[in-house]
Amino acid sequence: MSTFATNLSADALKVQADRLFARKRLMNFGLPALVLTYLVYVFLAFDVPGLAARANWENGRTLVSDSYSYKTHVARDNRSGEVSVAIEGERKGRYPDATGPDWVSFGEITVIDLENGHVVRFGPETVEYDIPGYGTLRATPTRTQGVITDLPPGAVPDWINMSKNRVAVTTDAGRLTVTRNRAEVFRYFSGWELFWFTLDSPYHGQSPAELLRRAANGEADAIWHDFWNNAMWRHKDVAWAIGETILMAFLGTFGAAMLALPLAFLAARNFNPVAPFRFAVRRVFDFVRGVDALIWTVVLARAFGPGPLTGALAILVTDSGTFGKIFSEALENVDAKQIEGVQSTGANAAQRHRFGVIPQITPVLLSQMLYFLESNTRSATIIGAITGGGIGLLLTQAIITQKDWEEVAYYIALIVVMVMLMDWLSGWLRARLIKGGSDKPRKSSGAVKARPALLP
Amino acid sequence: MTDLTGGVTDITRVHDEYIALTRRKRVYGGILLILFVALMAAGFRTADSRNAGSFAEGWTHVFDYPAEVLAEALEKSAQLPGHLLHFLPALVETLNIAAAATLAGTLAGTVLALLSTRGLAYWPRLIPLFRRIADICRAVPEIVIALVLIFVLGGGPVPAMIAIAIHTAGALGKLFSEVSENASLKPVEGLESVGANWAQRMYLGVIPQVGPNFVSYALLRFEINIRASAILGFVGAGGIGYELRNAMSWGQGRYDEAAAIFLLLFSAIVVVDQVSDRLRERLTHGAKAGATA
Repeated sequence: MSTFATNLSADALKVQADRLFARKRLMNFGLPALVLTYLVYVFLAFDVPGLAARANWENGRTLVSDSYSYKTHVARDNRSGEVSVAIEGERKGRYPDATGPDWVSFGEITVIDLENGHVVRFGPETVEYDIPGYGTLRATPTRTQGVITDLPPGAVPDWINMSKNRVAVTTDAGRLTVTRNRAEVFRYFSGWELFWFTLDSPYHGQSPAELLRRAANGEADAIWHDFWNNAMWRHKDVAWAIGETILMAFLGTFGAAMLALPLAFLAARNFNPVAPFRFAVRRVFDFVRGVDALIWTVVLARAFGPGPLTGALAILVTDSGTFGKIFSEALENVDAKQIEGVQSTGANAAQRHRFGVIPQITPVLLSQMLYFLESNTRSATIIGAITGGGIGLLLTQAIITQKDWEEVAYYIALIVVMVMLMDWLSGWLRARLIKGGSDKPRKSSGAVKARPALLP
Repeated sequence: MTDLTGGVTDITRVHDEYIALTRRKRVYGGILLILFVALMAAGFRTADSRNAGSFAEGWTHVFDYPAEVLAEALEKSAQLPGHLLHFLPALVETLNIAAAATLAGTLAGTVLALLSTRGLAYWPRLIPLFRRIADICRAVPEIVIALVLIFVLGGGPVPAMIAIAIHTAGALGKLFSEVSENASLKPVEGLESVGANWAQRMYLGVIPQVGPNFVSYALLRFEINIRASAILGFVGAGGIGYELRNAMSWGQGRYDEAAAIFLLLFSAIVVVDQVSDRLRERLTHGAKAGATA
């Protein structure tokens, strides 16, 4: 980048070149060293070595396995002898009394077939578990002596966990827990159970063809009602939540643009000659932007309470600062000739702005707004988690309960799909509305290429 | 040109057509505008009805909370410097999360971008795959990854850092790839002809061309990441956001602490914004001083 004066002697040139090389060497080795030092500092500051101790890999395992599988609980109350079958052990997924899936047979002795030779029997007193290759385990819960466990001879394997009041057996086929009050068997299945219909719906477990046939026979409304009001997956609430999130992004982005456009004229040098006034407007933009969505959300939530309106207003306020800055910069870059041209036809001030200025900044305006619409869908998810609205709230709720990981996985998938769809939509609209702005600029020839100037 | 007598009718026809075209454009524009306004109004009403408090009642109270906080902070203004000092480590943690995530994200994003750029990719057939990876990383909001990781790794800065880094890698991967598409391939070919391997070609042939742009985008991302890291703190990832939530949940009586945190966060964002603005200006438009040695 340096230009050298030619009247220097060879020695002086050499000294200069040496200095340049030394500087480059310093940059090449010094910069990575600096980055490395910083990373080491962060490594220690964040206590990464202590992380291994704090991390709970068991949680991780449940999370992953639970996100694609579900378990059916078969539980017996040892006091009353009642046996109940419930999916995920939830009230909403409970089978009606004395009914269950075909691998559970009720009677004096309840037999639970876990397949591959694993069979659990809930007898009147004793719980038995046949484990192929090991033998039969017997556990008898008693009122006074805890759980008396009778194992086949030999050492106790590490997948059996025994104490005075509790015995737990974990095998590939499932899991058995016997305590004084309760005996419980978990059997794992892959998939998301009850996603379409809950057990109380007559349409549970029917094939799509059968459903179609019934729908054609005038049951479409009932089928839709049962699906839409599914108590386990709450499709209606989820759809509303997604709608709320998109609504927050939409209202926030376009509201901010409508608010920022007139203010941007006041902040542009060529439209507002009063320097102190201009300066003041700009500082307002900076202030609003600097306060940040988090603080705005907190403040606005106090006034409006939780909900989508609060989220929309938080986005609106923050982004009006950003838009104000971008729009005023775009306004400062408009070509004065076009305005003069319009003026020469006898246009008044309003017409000059309408036909001389607005067409010039429309591409920048639109593309920025659409960029922000996409990015704000993401922000709306996050803000929703704080203020309590939209899919962000559902997600945090599902994570806080720490057991419905399949719902967490479902919401995450929905969020990713939603954001990608908005991304695609915004790109498509940009391409349609702004002529010549193609989406893939391979060596583009300096056309109006609006980039996210502040927050992509 | 050939038939001069037809000129007059031609002009009136062109004029009529032009007027009709303008009119049609105006009608379409008007319809779009009405549709847009209707959408905004309907959207506002829906949001308003689903909110806990309505806009009409709430907007007069917007400044109640800031006023309360300010009043209390002014009352106890003597303690403010102490609070500022007390919460400074939390701010440093938030900044560290953002900086470390930006660094990690930039490195990952660079690799992702080079692997998904036509003409530069190591495996040209896998370009769509790496593009989709970047898209997915970009689409996942930080909070999703952060909350899941907090469950597994426990609270603290690391989950937030990983979450922000993943998102940053995706976002920068896309921007970087657009930048490097415009890089000249000549240095790369030159390096290839002397037997440089892929890493050398990228490091010596492409990075010097796109470096300033990359750094400029990374700085921009750093600004965004500070905000993200503050927000993630609010949901339990440590740093100033966490302190803010605590101070707020204490409620009245601790508003001076909340004010100190607001002040710290605000000034940090403004300072970083200004500094990075300057730096980016220098990077993209070249340093004016020192251009001639």
